[in-house]
Amino acid sequence: MSVAKSLPHDAAKLHVSGAARYVDDIPTPTGTLHLAFGQSEVAHGEITDIDLSAVRGSLGVTAVLTAQDLPFDNDVSPSAHDEPLLAKGSVHYVGQPIFLVVATSHLLARKAARLAKISYKELPALFSIDEAMAANSRFEDAPRIYQKGDAQTAIAGAARKISGAIEMGGQEHFYLEGQAALALPQEGGDMLVHSSTQHPTEIQHKVAEALGVPMNAVRVEVRRMGGGFGGKESQGNALAVGCAIAARLTGKPCKMRYDRDDDMVITGKRHDFRISYEAGFDETGRITGVNFVHYARCGWAQDLSLPVADRAMLHSDNAYFLENARIESHRLKTNTQSATAYRGFGGPQGMLGIERVMDHIAYDLGRDPLEVRRVNYYAPMQIENAGASGGSFNGKMKPQTTPYGMQVEDFILHEMTDALAMSSQYEARRAAIEKWNAVNPILKKGIALTPVKFGISFTLTHLNQAGALVHVYSDGSVHMNHGGTEMGQGLFQKIAQVAAAQFGIDVSRVKITATDTAKVPNTSATAASSGTDLNGMAVQAACVTIRDRMAQFIAGRHHVKASEVAFAQGAVEVAGTRYTFEEVASLAYQNRISLSATGFYKTPKLAWDRIKGEGRPFFYFAYGASVTEVVIDTLTGENRILRTDILHDAGASLNPALDIGQVEGGYVQGAGWLTMEELVWDDKGRLRTHAPSTYKIPACSDRPDIFNVSLWDGSNPEQTIYRSKAVGEPPFMHGISALMALSDAVAACGKGYPSLDAPATPERILKTIQQVRDGV
Amino acid sequence: MSIKFLLNGETVELPEANPTVTLLDWLRETRMLSGTKEGCNEGDCGACTVMVTDDGGAKALNACILFLPQLHGKAVRTVEGLSGPDGEMHPVQEAMVAHHGSQCGFCTPGFIGSMAVAHRNGRVDFDDALAGNLCRCTGYAPIIRAAEAAAEHPVPTWVQDVAPTVPASALSPESGDELAAWYQANPDGTLIAGATDVGLWVTKQLRDLGPIAFLHRCKDLQQIEDQGDHLRIGAGVSMAQLHPILKEYHPSYAEMVRRYGSEQVRQAATIGGNIANGSPIGDNPPALIALGARLHLRKGDTRREMAIEDFFVAYGKQDRAPGEFVEAVTITKSAPDLRCYKLSKRFDQDISALCGCFSVTLDNGVIASVRLAFGGMAGTPMRAAKAEEALVGQVWNEASMDAAAKALAQDFTPLSDMRASAEYRMKTAQNMLHRYFADLSGAPVSVLEVQP
Repeated sequence: MSVAKSLPHDAAKLHVSGAARYVDDIPTPTGTLHLAFGQSEVAHGEITDIDLSAVRGSLGVTAVLTAQDLPFDNDVSPSAHDEPLLAKGSVHYVGQPIFLVVATSHLLARKAARLAKISYKELPALFSIDEAMAANSRFEDAPRIYQKGDAQTAIAGAARKISGAIEMGGQEHFYLEGQAALALPQEGGDMLVHSSTQHPTEIQHKVAEALGVPMNAVRVEVRRMGGGFGGKESQGNALAVGCAIAARLTGKPCKMRYDRDDDMVITGKRHDFRISYEAGFDETGRITGVNFVHYARCGWAQDLSLPVADRAMLHSDNAYFLENARIESHRLKTNTQSATAYRGFGGPQGMLGIERVMDHIAYDLGRDPLEVRRVNYYAPMQIENAGASGGSFNGKMKPQTTPYGMQVEDFILHEMTDALAMSSQYEARRAAIEKWNAVNPILKKGIALTPVKFGISFTLTHLNQAGALVHVYSDGSVHMNHGGTEMGQGLFQKIAQVAAAQFGIDVSRVKITATDTAKVPNTSATAASSGTDLNGMAVQAACVTIRDRMAQFIAGRHHVKASEVAFAQGAVEVAGTRYTFEEVASLAYQNRISLSATGFYKTPKLAWDRIKGEGRPFFYFAYGASVTEVVIDTLTGENRILRTDILHDAGASLNPALDIGQVEGGYVQGAGWLTMEELVWDDKGRLRTHAPSTYKIPACSDRPDIFNVSLWDGSNPEQTIYRSKAVGEPPFMHGISALMALSDAVAACGKGYPSLDAPATPERILKTIQQVRDGV
Repeated sequence: MSIKFLLNGETVELPEANPTVTLLDWLRETRMLSGTKEGCNEGDCGACTVMVTDDGGAKALNACILFLPQLHGKAVRTVEGLSGPDGEMHPVQEAMVAHHGSQCGFCTPGFIGSMAVAHRNGRVDFDDALAGNLCRCTGYAPIIRAAEAAAEHPVPTWVQDVAPTVPASALSPESGDELAAWYQANPDGTLIAGATDVGLWVTKQLRDLGPIAFLHRCKDLQQIEDQGDHLRIGAGVSMAQLHPILKEYHPSYAEMVRRYGSEQVRQAATIGGNIANGSPIGDNPPALIALGARLHLRKGDTRREMAIEDFFVAYGKQDRAPGEFVEAVTITKSAPDLRCYKLSKRFDQDISALCGCFSVTLDNGVIASVRLAFGGMAGTPMRAAKAEEALVGQVWNEASMDAAAKALAQDFTPLSDMRASAEYRMKTAQNMLHRYFADLSGAPVSVLEVQP
């Protein structure tokens, strides 16, 4: 079978030879025009005068568009219709697009865009969480509150208490391929758009609105992205819409790609959060009540901030059973880039809140944080759920529930933690580090083991659907299409393996094709780690339909039941006769059997009320645990990850090599978020870290010296595609163990609790060392 | 101006090339070779890395900040040309497929370029060779596995370019004399050595440069001359060329240079450029100041020299007349107690928040002389005069360092910016003095040297 095999990424040979084509690589027709945005220079203000004469007169400029020139809808928001493509009289952050230059080259468009003379009446701008709270500047009327039990009473009556707060910074996606789109006008007013997007249907929808045409007049094609990470879920809308409008107005193909600095200044990033907490617990560290307040800085427009902030709340428990919990979430509107989807979608922020609480409790009790974590774990998965045979399990406990009332039925972190602690020699190393620290006054080491439990499904329930289109040609070759997009995660390869397995053929017989809104309509974004779960099932359904038709047909010729036909190893066996798959395809065609089918899937069991905060938002949970060891320099705060061990649950992996790739890459990205990646705005709201010269993502030598990654040998109790589990986002949160290890190292410097904020840059570490030395 | 070079083995002649078009734009827009990618257009991500061969061997360079005239007389190999003539994969390409080294694939052509150069040069210090290539997907582990696996395979014949012999080209003087004459005639002109800084004036500031001269053909400025107890380093010596020499004489300075820029940047950037641009955060000046280096300037046929710290007059202002250029810098071979400390958010390829370089001479446990030089603490690279004063004549111990650290607060009033706050800069500058003492006492002071 082609599943559960570590086959290379389908485009690997194209990647390494430079032949893989991205949007900016698509050969364009002669006369193609290039676009650039003119951007706001102030964070909040009214445009009082706009003089674009120098822009219009600049070399190579064909047209310059402002909001008044837009023929139909001026909006690129994925949610609240609050994000004009071009500013309508007022501006709300530095970098907001005000006008659009259309020129004969990318460089000339960029040059012209800088020549505008715009006057503003500046208005007071809100940048920080505190400023936004003071001004009650928020999305939704009031904070969202989820609760279970009575946290306040439980905390008041607890044997011990802690309270504190953690700040965590945002994060630039830094997909290596910047945002890009190309619009090609077609006959009859139709538009073909190539976009580097995770959400082709959204692009289609926004382009159609902007052009005043029905969705059927717009076709969007996406072969691949050079990285997405959530940053191409909604942030590509502006480029695609801009290109389509300019293409409509000029009649010429139009292309736009952001220069890296523009990309970082214009587009949204991960939400930065402050989470304040108070917790009551007993002498073992068992939490009796916990109260969280989330403050999410959402930027100027709503974008996807509500579901992001919801997901943060939904991960406030991480792996821990909380009997009494209250989570209050403020979604704050500020004059900064509109924060958007980013791998984990709020989950990492919520999870970091409770992991901080665990760390703080352990410190308060003087215990190993791992003991405290284990004491608070959810109860283990029941045996029959684990896949063991046998009858009823007498006296079983009712599954424990999350703060939002969902039963946790698949919890496997007890076993995983034991296995990881053993393979990584956690206890012995913890003891060795204590000794090492005792004799090293300047350098200090730290270690931490943290778990991950991540909910899988879109919390907006209707998004949990997918479609597929599969053709078998008369030569037995297969053409496969589905609604998912490829951004490097290996989705296409995994799903091709599913299709090949269904037909019992080699995966080389399956052609992977670009995502295309004309082949599969009404798709959801490739997001929420759901790409394989949803599209794999949809492709499987389409394959089953065709395979059943083939089976029925060939069984009929041999007067047996269709169920007696077997598809394996490129052959079709029926009643002792062995055909090649190609022969059966050819025969079926000649006998007028349809060899094309659509497939559809919707995730079962979901029921979620986001206002009440009750129900089952997730089909299942994905699990994992990681151990990180670090060293810090107490004179400068410089720090380094020395070793990381990860055990991750991908269910029954469809492709272990690709899944391990997600785990390794997710960890380094997650550790980057919490260590060196720092976004800095100045007091005028200008992003000062708008290029890789100033915004530092992990480089090669920042990966751990020793980096052991394994997959848990398990199987999803829920009926997912071949019992695999989603793996895109969950490993990102293994990066939390890096921050907790740094916290452990800082704790070795003094008496106070190291309430280390993120990102833990050398500067922040040094400051925290000073605080623990002062006993603060 | 005519430019001639080899591109993937074929001769290219450009009689009328615009001299400030970058190789990257030319490859993608004119030659339609779209394998080489633009990730940042400022030399910080490596997605555009190509192999460039000249008489110094094969180098990995960032095509985004490499102007076409800089290729005159060289051989360029892009990702398309790293595969064999019949489509055979290069060993690093094979290994990247086998080890799952690509995910989204956008950084991959640049990695292939860097890996193929390292492979050709027999290098196995992959963390350094690949420090200038960013990958956001893989976490680098499978890329390193691939590089290690490919190391055993022989270098394919097709990548072993020989740089073509070419006649002189306008805009590219062939010697220091020619340069001196040109610059005297064009005192408002711009000199382009490695273009790791000037490149960004074009790609990011979108400036028109006016008269320009490319310095890469001035071989006489690229020499390192052994003068007995001193080394005279030509201004055109690249940081990559300098690194092995520093390793021999000044290992701590060499360790800083290992982290200076990236492989691609070090291959292009020159020591003269790093001095002449006068940046307060360039990493060479503090080390050179600590070494008591002498700077050699030339204008026409007139030469003068000065202590290097005197060159840096104020922020954006150097003691350099129009038409005058940095010709060389002379350093001592012996400074056993020189230590260079570079502090940044990321170890590799990051501009220093602060760089401290110190050199002390003791006489029977008493400080006979000391040089404490800092970058990032003021508008220029600068000595800490008060702190030095506090040390000279004192016993070499922690108490003296405490006093020097206190005095340092009178030497500098650093700024806050996106790299660090003023408080942090001051605190760590002071702590660096303590680190220096511990370091010379043999205590472990570098997290980079700690084993798990």
